[in-house]
Amino acid sequence: MPPMSPRLEPGILRIAYKLLVNDRPKFVALLVGITFAVFLMIEMTSLFAGILLRSSSTVINIGSSIWVMDPAVQTVANTIPLPNYVLDEVRSIPGVKYAVPLYSGSALLKLRDGTYQAANVVGLDDTSLVGSPQMVSGNIQDIFAENAFIAVEDSEFYKLGNPHIGTEFELNDHRGRIVALARVASSSLFGVPTLYTTYYRALQYIPNTRFTISYVLVEPKTAADVNTIKARVAADGYLALTRDEFMSKISRFYMYQTGIGTNMLLMTLISFIVGLSISGQTFYTFILENIDRFGALKAIGAKSHELVSMILFQATFVALTGYGFGVGLCALIIWLARAHLPDYAAIITFPNLGLAFAMVVVIAASSSYFGVRRVLVIEPFDIFRG
Amino acid sequence: MAVRAIEAVGINKWFGESEPRTHAVKDVNFEANFGEIVYVVGPSGSGKTTMLSMISGILRPNSGTVKIEGTEIWNMSADALADFRLHKIGFVFQDYHLFPRLTTAENVAIPLVLQRRDWDESLAEARRDLEVVGLRDRAQLPPVKLSGGEQQRVAIARAIISRPDIMIFDEPTASLDGETGRNIVQFVREHLLSDKRCIVIVTHDSRIYEFADRILRMEDGRMTGVERSQLNAQ
Ligand SMILES: Nc1ncnc2c1ncn2[C@@H]1O[C@H](COP(=O)(O)OP(=O)(O)O)[C@@H](O)[C@H]1O
Ligand SMILES: [Mg+2]
Repeated sequence: MPPMSPRLEPGILRIAYKLLVNDRPKFVALLVGITFAVFLMIEMTSLFAGILLRSSSTVINIGSSIWVMDPAVQTVANTIPLPNYVLDEVRSIPGVKYAVPLYSGSALLKLRDGTYQAANVVGLDDTSLVGSPQMVSGNIQDIFAENAFIAVEDSEFYKLGNPHIGTEFELNDHRGRIVALARVASSSLFGVPTLYTTYYRALQYIPNTRFTISYVLVEPKTAADVNTIKARVAADGYLALTRDEFMSKISRFYMYQTGIGTNMLLMTLISFIVGLSISGQTFYTFILENIDRFGALKAIGAKSHELVSMILFQATFVALTGYGFGVGLCALIIWLARAHLPDYAAIITFPNLGLAFAMVVVIAASSSYFGVRRVLVIEPFDIFRG
Repeated sequence: MAVRAIEAVGINKWFGESEPRTHAVKDVNFEANFGEIVYVVGPSGSGKTTMLSMISGILRPNSGTVKIEGTEIWNMSADALADFRLHKIGFVFQDYHLFPRLTTAENVAIPLVLQRRDWDESLAEARRDLEVVGLRDRAQLPPVKLSGGEQQRVAIARAIISRPDIMIFDEPTASLDGETGRNIVQFVREHLLSDKRCIVIVTHDSRIYEFADRILRMEDGRMTGVERSQLNAQ
């Protein structure tokens, strides 16, 4: 461990640093404790963030500003079809620039090699193609060709047998043909590949209920129109949500209505407790072992606030170093996992990092709190007397 | 009359909240002047360390007053008193209380570091005083690699490094052989004592009596009198 900028720091902190770092076994135990707590915590919350993001992948990929749906919709995948008049109603609201239908449903494909594969089919409005993905090869206009489907090159693409333009398959006894390949911002959580086609072809090829519109995608004229649109839709008994509102509704569903959220929360709490107890204990033992030397410093003439700053410095130093290692380890593991598992959903977000940092601060603060309390009550006379 | 280095009047110390309490120091008057080395001798448990702690600003007496260089030390705030100790007094504790994770030189440098002196300068002075106590080649070792006697010399080097006006040594030669103990106290007498300094040494060690200006005796918490007094014999 190289000494840190030896010139600038006050000698007292330099002594504190040496006391800490030269006690190898304790220093390593402290670092390991904090590193693992941070690692577990960031890993858990990143996985969760990845899952939440993917659960909203359709919302992200279609990119509409406002989504109109049945109020009972919980996640983007479980659609509740809307009657056609809703589309007309929405179109008649002043402040609506345009409103188009979106179809989203699942279908069973029979691939060329005879295997079956479930897929998510997105039907885009025939006249506007609102929500169309970014083309990788082929032309978006080919979506109007006979039996045309566009395959998405996401992490599930291989499940379609890595098709190319011209690859054919069967969809509910209809012939389907890949006419283009596209890319989207976010892969889906559900492990099935996605095909884009037109709204009407989707209705023709996939058996349907009486109502067929999954969502009405709305673009307001100005941002100020959003609230009017929401109110008018609500008056008709439906729900209009902005993209962010829809995504947080979906997130809340996964967080609170499924086991995922509670389990993640529990794991995060456990990593916090493990980190706190390992590091807190070790740090307190470290202070206790040095207690008579802190007392000697006090007798020689160190002031209480100097002893406190030594302890805070030590705690902060371990905490920040452990935090750095923890974040690094987590980034490494996620990177490795992504390289080997295409479906691995984990993203390190700033809130994840912030939460782990807050946890490290709590660990450092509570460990030093007990250390400080102990050091402040040392009687130098007890040291003097031996 | 010139101001005294240390002047304690009627100091008492009890230990324990309830009876039977230990009355460790009983109505002791103590004074020491600049330019002299005062020894305090007496059997173990007679209150020497307790008395020393009270006259050096480490242990608050239950009653009585202590003046150092004319300043009433027990009226000061804790921080002011800490600063006073740091700049005026050098200590050798009965146990040496060296930091095992620091080198010997770093241990010796601690008072200078606490005085916020430059790190490298402090270490250079530490090495100088390690040479004084005969441990120059041990500067980079951790204290645990040193014998008991060597550690005691490190503690002495730490006490004298800031050249304080007042030096308080509690049994500084207890684990030294006669020759080394004599050499160190002789060094203290010849090189550190001046008419601006005062040294108080608690000891059992009659081999170093010859370096004392006055020897006081404590017994059962009381200062029982003067064992031996000599006018500054140099
Ligand atoms: N912190 C304490 N609590 C209770 N008794 C104490 C404490 N410190 C010292 N004593 C008692 O005070 C008496 C004097 O102790 P001390 O000053 O250490 O003697 P000496 O240094 O002469 O050996 C002893 O009886 C000792 O047991
Ligand atoms: Mg004693």
